[in-house]
Amino acid sequence: MQDIVIIGCGVIGAACAYELAKYNLAVTILEASSDVANGTTKANSAIIHAGYDPIPGTGMAKLNVEGNAMMDALCRRLDIPFKRVGSHVLAFTEEELITLRTLYERGTANGVPELRLLTAEETKAMEPSVSEEVKGSLFAPTAGIISPWELTLAMAEVAVRNGVTLKLNTPVTAIERRDGHFTVITPKERIDCRLILNAAGIHAGEIMSMAGDTPCETVFSRGEYYLLDKSEGDRVSSVIFQCPNRDGKGVLVAPTVHGNLIVGPNAESIDSPDTANTSRGLNFTRTQAMKSVPSLSIRDNIRNFAGIRANHSGEDFLIGESAKVPGLFNLAGIKSPGLTASPAIAKLAAEWVGKRLSLTEKQDFTDGRKVIRFKHLTAAEKQTVIAENPLYGRVICRCETVTEGEILAALRSPIPPTTINGVKRRVGAGMGRCQGGFCGPRVQEILSRELGIPMEEINLDEDGSYILTGRTKGEQIK
Amino acid sequence: MKAQLAIIGGGPAGLAAAIAAHEAGVRDILILERDRECGGILNQCIHNGFGLHYFGEELTGPEYAGRFIDMLKDTSVRVLSDTMALDLTPERVIHTVNTAEGYMQIEAGAVILAMGCRERTRGAISIPGTRAAGIFTAGAAQRYVNIEGYMVGKRVVVLGSGDIGLIMSRRLTLEGAEVLACVELMPYSSGLTRNIVQCLEDFGIPLYLSHTVTDIRGKNRVEGVTVSRVDENRRPIPGTEMIFDCDTLLLSVGLIPENELSKQAGIILDPRTNGPEVYENMECSIPGIFACGNVVQVHDLVDFVSEEAQLAGRSAAEFLQKGSKPAGRLITLTGGSDVSYTLPQKIRFDAMPDRIKLSFRVRRSFGESKIILRAGDAILASFKRSHMAPGEMERVTLPKKLLNEVSGNEIILEVKEA
Repeated sequence: MQDIVIIGCGVIGAACAYELAKYNLAVTILEASSDVANGTTKANSAIIHAGYDPIPGTGMAKLNVEGNAMMDALCRRLDIPFKRVGSHVLAFTEEELITLRTLYERGTANGVPELRLLTAEETKAMEPSVSEEVKGSLFAPTAGIISPWELTLAMAEVAVRNGVTLKLNTPVTAIERRDGHFTVITPKERIDCRLILNAAGIHAGEIMSMAGDTPCETVFSRGEYYLLDKSEGDRVSSVIFQCPNRDGKGVLVAPTVHGNLIVGPNAESIDSPDTANTSRGLNFTRTQAMKSVPSLSIRDNIRNFAGIRANHSGEDFLIGESAKVPGLFNLAGIKSPGLTASPAIAKLAAEWVGKRLSLTEKQDFTDGRKVIRFKHLTAAEKQTVIAENPLYGRVICRCETVTEGEILAALRSPIPPTTINGVKRRVGAGMGRCQGGFCGPRVQEILSRELGIPMEEINLDEDGSYILTGRTKGEQIK
Repeated sequence: MKAQLAIIGGGPAGLAAAIAAHEAGVRDILILERDRECGGILNQCIHNGFGLHYFGEELTGPEYAGRFIDMLKDTSVRVLSDTMALDLTPERVIHTVNTAEGYMQIEAGAVILAMGCRERTRGAISIPGTRAAGIFTAGAAQRYVNIEGYMVGKRVVVLGSGDIGLIMSRRLTLEGAEVLACVELMPYSSGLTRNIVQCLEDFGIPLYLSHTVTDIRGKNRVEGVTVSRVDENRRPIPGTEMIFDCDTLLLSVGLIPENELSKQAGIILDPRTNGPEVYENMECSIPGIFACGNVVQVHDLVDFVSEEAQLAGRSAAEFLQKGSKPAGRLITLTGGSDVSYTLPQKIRFDAMPDRIKLSFRVRRSFGESKIILRAGDAILASFKRSHMAPGEMERVTLPKKLLNEVSGNEIILEVKEA
């Protein structure tokens, strides 16, 4: 019997696992995908929001500001790139200047520190690339940028290292409830547990139905993005928002922690969670972004992507224990600023669990994580790591300077990658301007060698995303 | 570590430059090669057609590279393979890393940049659709097929009619795949005519000019692509969609010179070539740093890469032996409206040999036409051509004596219908 089954290993599931791993509890995470962080978590704006958007008094407002404040220590502990670059919300009209004032007041009520309303001149002085049309901005120095998938991975890794069980490729197909406990059914097994944390993201409503709860409203809201080359990475130095509208926070332009520039998203409600890009969506995104930063060089795009937000009409996250199904804790409706709020949501979830199960701290819990990122080392440090392991001297990904040593370290980590994209999310190989054209085949060779499976069976990402279709004629004869 | 001459890249450009510099008397030459062996992209180009100009015979890519690698054996040139150049300073210090020597700083008397180019990707042209497996740049697919011995798909659509795309259309067909179409955005192909005939027409593969891929379907692996006709502004025309059921999309949509190191060193790049601005002797804006091959301009024929690299090699030797060229009179070369770029960008008159080669590309196709070299209103020279296309680099010879009589310091290369 497990104490807790967490369904979903996106940023919310991983944050809960990390928090609960500190206690003497039997915890299992079930993830439908072949990897952690593979849904909404990997495909969003990667912003740590300051907290002036949520309506004062909501849980969302509180969790946003709390989560934001937790990020420095958390990311330092987990060795995750995070930068407090600040954010500007731009106003282009008199009406939008009034919106800025409203956001300022909201932010102040929510406890957001150091908010300032800037004039056009002050804004331009800080961000020379923004449009001449700008009439003012709301500056929030506590906003930041992060790598959402690395945060998720790091939290999940620490959880697994401390005894949490993670099962990938394990979708939940049914949930039974009897005698005060649940049985979670997957294609491979039945798992009994006392409590369920439903962190299934855009599928949270389906899990609620399976467990006998009334499903929450889920609107699949697709957002499309451009990711520009590092040559555009310092076009702006902070997160440049436009005034929020009914569809969300609007199109932003921001640096990424990896040195690129991210542009997006639009917001389009769709029937199914389809992450395809569309020319319509990309055109809209591009046009809107140029309004904020006219000098943007979209021709330096290296990748487009799309993510699905778990939207709903409410003003708050849909989190808490089900009124209908005791023991089922839903962490649903995690729209923006869900990423920012994630560590605070996890603390709250642990409090809820503590009311049902006795929480005693593990004596042997080991927090923290350290990752070698070769390109960020000094010359002397580079020499040292290569002396210890020569494979840090073999560069596999030329664009991002990722070494074989780093890939092997990932393969020996608590949650080793099994796919090309899994390697990419962990070490950055293939994230650069050639998008894996050079390093893809070599990463595939390393995976094949280290996992002991044939090249043809290495996937790009999920099951079915095979890369090769067989041997050439010459190789067949051999 | 120190080296008289350090060459970054052991592909065709680096190899030819090394041999030329050695022939010119430089003995301490170091080639830095990031792959396991020299030869560069030639190693995966197992088709023939290489060497007609340079060796007067038809060779495969590996054979062409092999000739130069063999020549190296009789020289004192050292090769550091599996070695990545991470940084280059204006003082000609190269930061490198490999498994044997670790992290090194190589102080070089002269440097030749021969890093080649990389392929443009799907992102560069923002093709909508899913991000399924089965989308390859043509060069990456070529590596899988020719080096690793794996097939990348069964039913293939190729976007872009550049040479690699054309060659791969034939290669995949020979390996048993079905190549359904080659799709080209422009109204003309950017590949060599001989490749269109030998790689598409001979195999009955249709070429759709003025078309592009407007959607990619398939959640995990490509299941199909939509191809649309484009208008004169290269915008897809609604209602012209054709659907191809395929499992693979190959992209041959252009090459970009790899100048990250050049940028780090602060070398001036030409936005038209995306390569370093060079003088008549292939020297860059920083003295003692030379460049050749696809890092300077994307070539169609490796033979001309070798020729350009030899010039760079000889020039680097001269720099090491005699020092910097006198500045003196500086002449700039630019192209007219139908010329996409010209090379070299700058000519030092005093240092110029009796004749130099100019190379350029046209922006559109030309039939019977003339290449005109002009200084102000004065026509210096004109050359006849029966055909010119953007896919084929053009070269003309400029004798020094023509410049004697010119007063201005700007030469314009123009093309005109005859």
